[in-house]
Amino acid sequence: MTKLLEIRDLHTHFFTRDGIAKAVDGVSLSLERGQILGLVGESGSGKSVTGFSILGLVDAPGRVVSGQVLFDGTDLIAGGERLLRTLRGKRIAMIFQDPMMTLNPVLRIDTQMIETVRAHEDVSRDEALRRSREALVSVGISSPDERLETYPHQFSGGMRQRVAIAIALLHKPDLIIADEPTTALDVTIQAQILSEVQALCANSGTALIWITHDLAVVSGLADHLAVMYAGRIIEEGPTRDVIAQPMHPYTKGLIESVPRGKKHGALLSQIKGMTPSLLRLPSGCKFRPRCPRATAACEIEPALDVMDQGRRVRCVHPHTENYPEVLAK
Amino acid sequence: MIVYLVRRFGQSLLAVVAMAVLVFMGVYAIGNPVDVLISPEASQADIAAATARLGLDKPLWQQFGIFVINAFQGDLGTSFVYGRPALDIILERLPATFELAMVALFLSVGIGVPLGVWAGMRPESIAGRTIMAGSILGFSLPNFWQGMLLILVFAVLLGWLPAGGRGQTTEFLGMQVSFLTLDGLSHLILPAINLALFKMSLLIRLTRANTREVCLQDYVKFARAKGLSGRRVVLVHILKNIMIPVVTIIGLELGSMLAFAIVTETVFAWPGMGKLLIDSINLLDRPVIVAYLMLTVLIIVMINFMVDVIYSFLDPRIRLSEMKG
Repeated sequence: MTKLLEIRDLHTHFFTRDGIAKAVDGVSLSLERGQILGLVGESGSGKSVTGFSILGLVDAPGRVVSGQVLFDGTDLIAGGERLLRTLRGKRIAMIFQDPMMTLNPVLRIDTQMIETVRAHEDVSRDEALRRSREALVSVGISSPDERLETYPHQFSGGMRQRVAIAIALLHKPDLIIADEPTTALDVTIQAQILSEVQALCANSGTALIWITHDLAVVSGLADHLAVMYAGRIIEEGPTRDVIAQPMHPYTKGLIESVPRGKKHGALLSQIKGMTPSLLRLPSGCKFRPRCPRATAACEIEPALDVMDQGRRVRCVHPHTENYPEVLAK
Repeated sequence: MIVYLVRRFGQSLLAVVAMAVLVFMGVYAIGNPVDVLISPEASQADIAAATARLGLDKPLWQQFGIFVINAFQGDLGTSFVYGRPALDIILERLPATFELAMVALFLSVGIGVPLGVWAGMRPESIAGRTIMAGSILGFSLPNFWQGMLLILVFAVLLGWLPAGGRGQTTEFLGMQVSFLTLDGLSHLILPAINLALFKMSLLIRLTRANTREVCLQDYVKFARAKGLSGRRVVLVHILKNIMIPVVTIIGLELGSMLAFAIVTETVFAWPGMGKLLIDSINLLDRPVIVAYLMLTVLIIVMINFMVDVIYSFLDPRIRLSEMKG
């Protein structure tokens, strides 16, 4: 059986006045049906652009320059806008970061839901409305009939994100790309949304790409993690393994900078320096200037090496001490 | 909603009263109409008699008092020149201006908004740049010069359309209109284009700027991510969001087109209110000037009132916050 999604050597560049920003620079990923992939990285690491590239929603001056996005065996890049439109919202849905901004402020919820149903299926308005109501109920919105007749500004942030998720679920897609959907929400709402999305995906067998900068959020959710830095994937593997034994110094830094409440007053460790500008990337390993392990050998760009246990890492000096014994414990 | 309307109506009324004071004081501060109306050889007694007959011998506050009392009875004064009620004279000319303004509005919205959206969707394209360049010409070239050029090209050189006048009119809803006959229409086209060009350019720029802004919003991307057709994204999701500023400008500009179509009416000898105002100013026919300005104020205030009501239909957020407030 073909994989649900297979991204091969994707390059998405932004052609700006100051030069070409390679936001996505040779990303390869794959996803099985029903699998949850966590795509982790800082702002500007290219994780969101990767998500938008899949659906062909990269805004000018950005453009997918090369690579393949095989969805169920069909190349979406080659298929172009016509093919993409039939898939968007139907087989691949998307949830955005800011629920305050994703719903059109001047259209009622029912309008925004019904149009989604009718964009792909020739059904009556009543039938579309019935399905919209069902979707709202499935994301835990009570009294859906009243809710359908209101405008987005009458909802709280968490409710709006539920509506956005309901819209994404309308066609029971094979894949949902969620671009930091809980970042703008309260922590309590965040937890609710997380567990609901997890349950919904498990029930319907929907695969999920969860794009986030928050390792803590994704580690409890995803089956598989891919960490991005400066447009490249630098580490990839099963979530449990990556969290237990991060091999790339950057991943290790990320994990160690998550507060764990071990000791009161203890300083949080942090990764020194800043994310480099995509227009002025260092030669060789892009993480080199910030890396505690960097040596002269890092001046040549390392490849994404395949390790044991389905792990991949792009590093000259990976943390492989005691590996894989650590995992056996 | 009712509370909002009542409060908004009160504001409108206040604006009319304030304008009445300003207009009356302003107009009565300039020149002495008796000097213009009466022959230079008239005796001192004749001048005094004429001044008394026109009510100009009374102090300013009394004149204003009389004006206000009469205005409440629907009488905005009697023309010094025509000896008839000023309002009647203006209302006779109103349909011509109204028709011209309406056709110009229709042209500027019908052409300006689509071109603006087009240019906003593709700001870097050749078509988008051409539209923008054209709009700069549209509002930087003086209106009267555009009018003369239109006459030169279409009336004189090509001979396709008449250079001035109103042509054949027919009765429509109790008004004399030109647009229902071929002859009338041919007279209407050039002045309407002339009056529309500036507004059209303004609308193009406004619509383009708003379209560009709205296009960057997440909800547009989300609409595309839902798989909607490009047409629906533009016509529903984008257009409805840019309509608020566009309606504002349309409202303001409709008022100004009605009130100040003077240049176009003069260039094309269009027998509307604007031309009447110019004539009246030359003759210092104060009642006509005041009546004209009061009518203009009333029209603009009314249009703005309507614009505010339309807002509340376009944007649910306005409706709600105003209802609470």
